[in-house]
Amino acid sequence: MMEAAKVLDAKGMACPMPVVKTKKAIDEIESGDILEVHATDKGAKSDLAAWAKSGGHELMEEAEEDDVLKFWIKKA
Amino acid sequence: MSQSITTGQLARRVVNREKTLILDVRNTDEFDDWKIEGDSIEVMNEPYFNLIDGVGPVSEKLNKDQEIIIVCAKGNSSKMVAELMEEEGFTNVYDLEGGMKAWSEHLEPVKLADLDGGGSLYQFVRLGKGCLSYMVVSENEAAVIDANRMTNIYERFAEEKGATIKHSIDTHLHADHISGGRQLANNTGGTYHLPPKDAGEVTFDYASLEEGSGITVGSTTVKVQPIYSPGHTVGSTSLIIDNQYLLTGDILFVKSIGRPDLAGKADDWVGDLRDTLYNRYKELSDDLVVLPAHYSFVEELTDDGSVKARLGDLYQRNSGLQVDDENEFRKMVTENLPPQPNEYENIRQTNMGKMNPEDEKQREMEIGPNRCAVHG
Repeated sequence: MMEAAKVLDAKGMACPMPVVKTKKAIDEIESGDILEVHATDKGAKSDLAAWAKSGGHELMEEAEEDDVLKFWIKKA
Repeated sequence: MSQSITTGQLARRVVNREKTLILDVRNTDEFDDWKIEGDSIEVMNEPYFNLIDGVGPVSEKLNKDQEIIIVCAKGNSSKMVAELMEEEGFTNVYDLEGGMKAWSEHLEPVKLADLDGGGSLYQFVRLGKGCLSYMVVSENEAAVIDANRMTNIYERFAEEKGATIKHSIDTHLHADHISGGRQLANNTGGTYHLPPKDAGEVTFDYASLEEGSGITVGSTTVKVQPIYSPGHTVGSTSLIIDNQYLLTGDILFVKSIGRPDLAGKADDWVGDLRDTLYNRYKELSDDLVVLPAHYSFVEELTDDGSVKARLGDLYQRNSGLQVDDENEFRKMVTENLPPQPNEYENIRQTNMGKMNPEDEKQREMEIGPNRCAVHG
């Protein structure tokens, strides 16, 4: 498992909040650090990927465990 | 606080061809896959996450006083963007209630005709997905053909007309959308009709929809006459209503023809498709009005918002009916096919009763455009 500098719990949040919170959280970490995001909104999957891409961040890995979507994003 | 517009209000703008500007704030992949279309609709895309820190990316392109309808996947992000835009001085922004999810489920009823036998025929246009379904109302009875999943819409409509839904008919086992046919019959105590050759694996009881055994709606003579017309599926059956209207299911559309590959049997069924389109239908009257189960392009909507065409005219101008060479036809309907509909295999399983996904899952399975046609 990747070493995350910060873990964001966005479980139970509906669109657009997972991405809004992720954006805020990534502003609080250093470039090159990893943010781990937990979400349950299915739409978060494609939106987080598209958002990361547009901001130049790298979506390192994603996983699904017991209906929780997990993402590891490396800040640009 | 921003204002909202309902899917019904937007649907009437599409049908009435009122000029409308839509800002779709879903991510670009989703937008490219499927969006709101109409002759009078201009639509632009800017994902909501590019607007959180400021609406600059759109305010450069738009006038602050112009009317803008903001659309997202489910109706929350569009509200957020509408409010952000208002803070930046936009004065005429609306958000579409329920987003594309609700748009996908909206059915716009259009009256097609009063029938000779007494009663009326209605078309339900699902603008968000290009699905067409039908209701025959005669006296206090109704029949619904190719019902979509939102059965309450048909039930409410029949109730307003003072009719009970006695028959729910599917022209074939659908692969692009979840049928409401069986549910509707269950809800109203009616009979669910399905072609037996498409029902080999179904897990429920049904009445066989077969050529030679007609269905009567009301005590008068609105006849629903099945015509076996295989090709899209092996069971596909068309219906002639009141000797005037030919419901073609997914065999023949206004600008295209059905695809034979959605059950994995393109090579087996292409001969059937050819025979139906080039022989069986040809024997029918040119004056029949073709009413398909889908349309692909908004240009197919006529002035009253319905989708229909005279059979004889389609033999003149539908490109799928102009291929004299059989090999060329075979090539056209088996090669260069559009991508298959999202989740089409799970949708088929659901329509056979082998899967019972929850409502939310059913909604997700249907997201996206229908892709049942081959464009010649």
